[in-house]
Amino acid sequence: MTSSETIVIGGGHNGLVAAAALAKTGRKVLVLEAESEVGGAARTEEFAPGFRVSSIAHLLNRLHPDVVKALELDMHGLQCARADFMPSVALSKDGPPLVLHGAYGEVLTGASPSEQAAWKELRAQLLRYAGILKPFLSRRPPDLAGMSLLETASFGQAALALKKLGKEDMRDFLRVLLMNVADLLDEQLADIRLKGLLAFDATLGSHLGPRSPTSLLGLYYRLAGETGGAAGAQIQPQGGMGAVVAAIRAAAEKAGVTVLTSTPVARIIVEKGRAVGVALDTGEVLRARTIVSAINPATTFLDLVGPRQIDTGFVRKVKNVRMKGDAAKLNLALDRPPQFSGVDAAGHKGRLVIAPSPDHVERAFNPSKYGEFSPEPVMEITLPSLADPSLAPSGACVLSAVVQYAPYALKEGWDAGKPKFLKAIMAQLEAYAPGIGKSVVHAELLTPDDIETRYRMPGGHWHHGELQADHMLISRPVSGWSGYDTPIEGLFLAGAGSHPGGGVSGAPGLNAARRIIAMKG
Amino acid sequence: MAGQNGGCYAKFRAFGNRSRKNEERVSREDWAKMKAWDAIIIGGGHNGLVNACYLQRAGLDVLVVEKNDWVGGAATSRELTPGFLYSNCSYVCSLFRPEIMRDLELPRFGLQVISYEGGAVFTRDGDYLANYRDHDAHRREFARFSKRDAEAYDRYARDVTRQCRFIQPLLMRTAPDPTSLRPRDLGELLYLGKKFAGLSAEEMALTLRFWTMSISEFLDEYFETDVIKANFALSGIIGTALGPMSPGTAYVLLHHYMGEVDGSVGAWGYARGGMGAVTKALAAAFKASGGTIRTGAEVDHVLVGRGKAKGVVLAGGEELYGKLVVSNADVKRTFLKLVEEKELPDIFLRRVRNFKIRGSSGKVNIALDSLPEFPALPKDSPVYRGDMHFTDSVERMERAYDDWKAGRWSADPFLDMVIPTTLDPTMAPPGKHFMSCFVQYAPPKIAGAEWTDADRDGFAESVISQIAEYSPGFRDRIVHMEVRTPREIEAEVGLTEGNIFQGELTFDQLLFNRPVPGYAQYRSPVGGLYMCGSSTHPGGGVMGAPGRNAAAEILRDLAKSTSHMSAAHDVI
Amino acid sequence: MAQSTRKKPVSKTVNAAVSARIAAQDHFRTLRLGTPFQPRIDALAKTQDWYNWAGYRAPHSLWDEELEYFAIRSQAALFDISPMTKYRIEGPDAEAFLDRVTLRDVTKLKPGRVHYTAWCDDEGFVLDDGTLFRLSPTRFRLCSQERHLPWLLDSAIGFDVTVEEETEAVAGLALQGPTSFAVLRDAGFASVERLKIFDLADFPHDGGTVGISRTGFTGDLGYELFVSADRALSLWDRLMAAGQLRGIRAIGYTALNRARLEAGLIVANADFTTAEHAIRADRLRMPDEIGLGFMIDLEKSHFNGRRAILDARAKRKLRHVLVGLEIEGNIPAEHAIVYHKKSQEVGLVSAAMWSPMAKRNIAIASLARPYGDTMVDDLWVEIYAMRELQYQKLMKRAKVVARPFIKLDRRTANPPADF
Repeated sequence: MTSSETIVIGGGHNGLVAAAALAKTGRKVLVLEAESEVGGAARTEEFAPGFRVSSIAHLLNRLHPDVVKALELDMHGLQCARADFMPSVALSKDGPPLVLHGAYGEVLTGASPSEQAAWKELRAQLLRYAGILKPFLSRRPPDLAGMSLLETASFGQAALALKKLGKEDMRDFLRVLLMNVADLLDEQLADIRLKGLLAFDATLGSHLGPRSPTSLLGLYYRLAGETGGAAGAQIQPQGGMGAVVAAIRAAAEKAGVTVLTSTPVARIIVEKGRAVGVALDTGEVLRARTIVSAINPATTFLDLVGPRQIDTGFVRKVKNVRMKGDAAKLNLALDRPPQFSGVDAAGHKGRLVIAPSPDHVERAFNPSKYGEFSPEPVMEITLPSLADPSLAPSGACVLSAVVQYAPYALKEGWDAGKPKFLKAIMAQLEAYAPGIGKSVVHAELLTPDDIETRYRMPGGHWHHGELQADHMLISRPVSGWSGYDTPIEGLFLAGAGSHPGGGVSGAPGLNAARRIIAMKG
Repeated sequence: MAGQNGGCYAKFRAFGNRSRKNEERVSREDWAKMKAWDAIIIGGGHNGLVNACYLQRAGLDVLVVEKNDWVGGAATSRELTPGFLYSNCSYVCSLFRPEIMRDLELPRFGLQVISYEGGAVFTRDGDYLANYRDHDAHRREFARFSKRDAEAYDRYARDVTRQCRFIQPLLMRTAPDPTSLRPRDLGELLYLGKKFAGLSAEEMALTLRFWTMSISEFLDEYFETDVIKANFALSGIIGTALGPMSPGTAYVLLHHYMGEVDGSVGAWGYARGGMGAVTKALAAAFKASGGTIRTGAEVDHVLVGRGKAKGVVLAGGEELYGKLVVSNADVKRTFLKLVEEKELPDIFLRRVRNFKIRGSSGKVNIALDSLPEFPALPKDSPVYRGDMHFTDSVERMERAYDDWKAGRWSADPFLDMVIPTTLDPTMAPPGKHFMSCFVQYAPPKIAGAEWTDADRDGFAESVISQIAEYSPGFRDRIVHMEVRTPREIEAEVGLTEGNIFQGELTFDQLLFNRPVPGYAQYRSPVGGLYMCGSSTHPGGGVMGAPGRNAAAEILRDLAKSTSHMSAAHDVI
Repeated sequence: MAQSTRKKPVSKTVNAAVSARIAAQDHFRTLRLGTPFQPRIDALAKTQDWYNWAGYRAPHSLWDEELEYFAIRSQAALFDISPMTKYRIEGPDAEAFLDRVTLRDVTKLKPGRVHYTAWCDDEGFVLDDGTLFRLSPTRFRLCSQERHLPWLLDSAIGFDVTVEEETEAVAGLALQGPTSFAVLRDAGFASVERLKIFDLADFPHDGGTVGISRTGFTGDLGYELFVSADRALSLWDRLMAAGQLRGIRAIGYTALNRARLEAGLIVANADFTTAEHAIRADRLRMPDEIGLGFMIDLEKSHFNGRRAILDARAKRKLRHVLVGLEIEGNIPAEHAIVYHKKSQEVGLVSAAMWSPMAKRNIAIASLARPYGDTMVDDLWVEIYAMRELQYQKLMKRAKVVARPFIKLDRRTANPPADF
């Protein structure tokens, strides 16, 4: 038995961020990662001989600036130059695409002048409103039972920011806050390609369609993120997402963190309501003053702590966290780069989105409610090897796509459904990039079921819990316990299941570390 | 009813033209000859009449103008076939505020509400799940399907009751403007804040979740059986253009649970004589207090001069003058059809245009020559005297909604079916029955085009065939049928897009957002022009609260006493 | 646009489960069920004074509520407890499961023993109180006022245990009073004298068994008997025949309620509101607030609500206290308001009576701390006694006293007295 001050369970990006931030205060921190590699869902892996890809998360669009600063990630190899900002290309089957350039469409091309003007206004408005919510990302959700002076003050700040909008803008903000994205787009835009793209972005990673009330929040969440100081900007890191995690790991190790891989934790040891250590799969026991779980909250409490040590109401709440993913990941090894109709060379290096209209996204969503996959799925596609040739053999190409909707609990089961779904995806791709099917050397489709097994993410849900209004802020992961501490003394949460949620942001990890430091944990 | 007040109208001058240019031509003498009402209410729906009653009782001289030859709006009972009285649109009563019934002495004018005895969802395996009023029978009934769910009901009821208690007092208050620093708005905000702060941390969290959850997800946290979830989920979708899996439908459930029948919170009942009895009583109360109603008088537009409402111009060109004008019509009809664009600020117009008012329901009213039989249901079941449904899973409800999104009526519709004559024999000849079927979903347009008569027939057939599946011989009992799609509802009642709530009940259109931000206190950008319909807070259903709250604001502006208006009943 | 109507025929194939479900539809015709003893009780119900006990037709009284009370105290009284909610909890983890759910240490409850316990939600608020019978190392019966199946099932996640509701399947009788032992012995339950207070054992009856425990709700010598519903009537007859010479009488709830008040016992949703039924947040009560603090065992392993209970104790968040009161005079103070210095309202009486055994005017009241806790002087109750359509308002001095109000040695005496 060894002893350490702090043990972090899970070497995903949030675990490493939390570990680094804690180690910087002089704590002795040990990170335990079950897999042979750190990074969790933010990894670069070889999926076919000579082909490497960011296996799950494939774009960097919300790494929190506080994380970059606190961990000095630029010193550890992370670069986010404006020149790397990727455009978003809304593909169209029967016409030219529409392209959002720069940081989420600073310039819009392929649309009518009136649409460009409408977009300019809408974009500014969305960024303004997302900006109101942005400060919440780096804060602990307020404690309803007894708000501290500091928390009340931070709410006051938000109210003040709201006031600064001006009366009419504030009224609109309050009106649209919980609206569905499709209606808002219909109010302000005309081009269904643009509306389709935004509808897709608002609902990506959640079990919502663009007509579902509150779906606009998804767009705010995206736009509250920033890259290289620009809200809404996205990049493809050189070397894939694994490189980002490598930078975070380097920062953590420099701060003195010890990282053990291939070290799965079997359980968290609780004595008299207090977490005192962990037992490994090997039976070895490691004791620590503070345990930080940067993995899924349901796994943490139902598997590692176990229901016997926690209260029934809490078990209920944890079980009620909806975490059945709808997003699949497609990795294709292609013998040559594909040609998407009407898209120029710069566009191919961007994010290519198949979401022809909000109605199309909605129709893709419908079957997922009943445990069926979308017959005409929507997806975002990147071709990372175009910008980073090291990812594929010379002349060949990697295609990486996030595809919706692929419900975790597929009625017919994924064994039977997977080949059918792959066929549906390939049919969609073929329609936008004729001939792509023939260039496939190897296809890897990771359904939520696969993602669950391979990346230990229950339900294959990349947010570790739906990022919907009723699972946000004070209700994330569960009401009463949204501030990173848990009913078990000395046990903290630091993963995407906690506020503010998923995406490679590091914010839950950093916020959790700040809370632990404040609690002198 | 039309013409009975005709004597008064001799005083008015009719003008052939309706533009403001003509208004300017009116000479001083002409003005002097004309009567100016203290208030003109556009539309004799229940809210218009409630508003009119309160204003008249405050000493104002009030005129109600109604386009149809009868009053009632969507709370009306007409005899479309001899001997049968229909509840043509709204068909059940629960939400109507008891404070208003008392203030306006509606029982004296004939209003009487009879509680349901139960209800049921028929299941496709030949069984049914009933709702019984008796708590233990209710539990035993649920236990037939799941012992767990039977015992889960109390906690569910507790949580829903807690939320209702939080929201109910807000119905009879004007929503505060959160952007305003006026003492009254700050005071109301403080009231809300205090109410919220009075909740336990657990309740607060639940309240916040309640406003954003789908009814399906909410029910998943309590129940395991599909038909039991469907049984509760239906209250989350009635009247809305949302499916049970849409976030926000948990709130809609509250909206339907907030009512009461004689102190029995959440109870539903029939108005004796059909829902028209509500507005008949209101009209009688109004007239008894000296008010004037003119039916068959469609308003073409509101007269506006120097930014102030001066009266209305009828479709025939006749001008009626009023010191203030109150519109019971929905916000879109009022400001996009009845008021000239130039009188309204751009931002207001933009918000009105963006107001969501998509119809989602239709109505099939059926006169029957005998009581239909449902072989699944014992003949002595109280369910006959309650509401009946055939949608036994949340998934079926949601799929019905998918049809709506695609611009189709639901192939497998959700029905809320009642036979009021089982409790109220006044509505049909002895032994014969009136059946009301509320149907979801029916979109305002069919695949982007107007409804046709063939569409309407197809819609009706989807309803009849569903009932006939559970009630053999049903078709043979039909004497007469009235089918209302959103097209008919809009044409007759004037509800834009056939939306029965005068606007969808989503968070962006509730409280201080209803109908539009900045004008959620019954006033409008036009001086002297007020709103009192369900487009305003707290929204639709035969509740009367918008009409009452609007009257309170008008009287406040006129610096008149509101002592004849009861405060909201205590929730203790 | 033409649209077709989707056809979805009503299923004609009805399986056994559905048939059983359909067969159970008839319950709507009988709103108040009879218990398995109902034929016997109906025959004795001279007052026809019924009330609704959890959906069952239960007697307030049968012949004379006054004399029924004295049957408890001087003879043997038979009271039908079948409507009580009963759960059977079984499995290798049954002990650990119940230890997690309830307040008291279940590992200390030996097979063949019964204890009175309570259970709480996460916030430490009491969901209910009840009795836990350990039938074997892996089998328990939990009896309570309210229903808790969802709570018990959700609490069972992670335990190898089954929880089944068996209220209808198991009939229950309380046989209470000084001659109750003699009745059982005369009925032929051999070696029933070996049962000490809170002991439990199975005895043969009518080709099956009856579980007899030396427990009760009267503070008197007494037993409770549980038997399968189909052997209920024969058990009733056996006891009645054996008790004829011992003055056995069937009784209703009013009499029992008096005996329980003298014994100082509380009733859920009469003396406190159970957490799943409290609509108003301030009505919730922690164990320490209703006199059940003694059940809290901080040495045992984790139990539901532990964290909140400890937190409330540490941060002095306990706001109420349940006390026994002795009130001047003899007018029962039922639902009277309790005052400090005759002016400040500090609580409410939930149950009160003139005790024939103690010859004192007793009550159970819930007070706002510190009253009843550290401040016990100068307490008063205001009694509104309705007399011929007028309230006689009485302000009477109340003294906080220990419960039980009466203590009968025969309740625990071993061997039980053979009256």
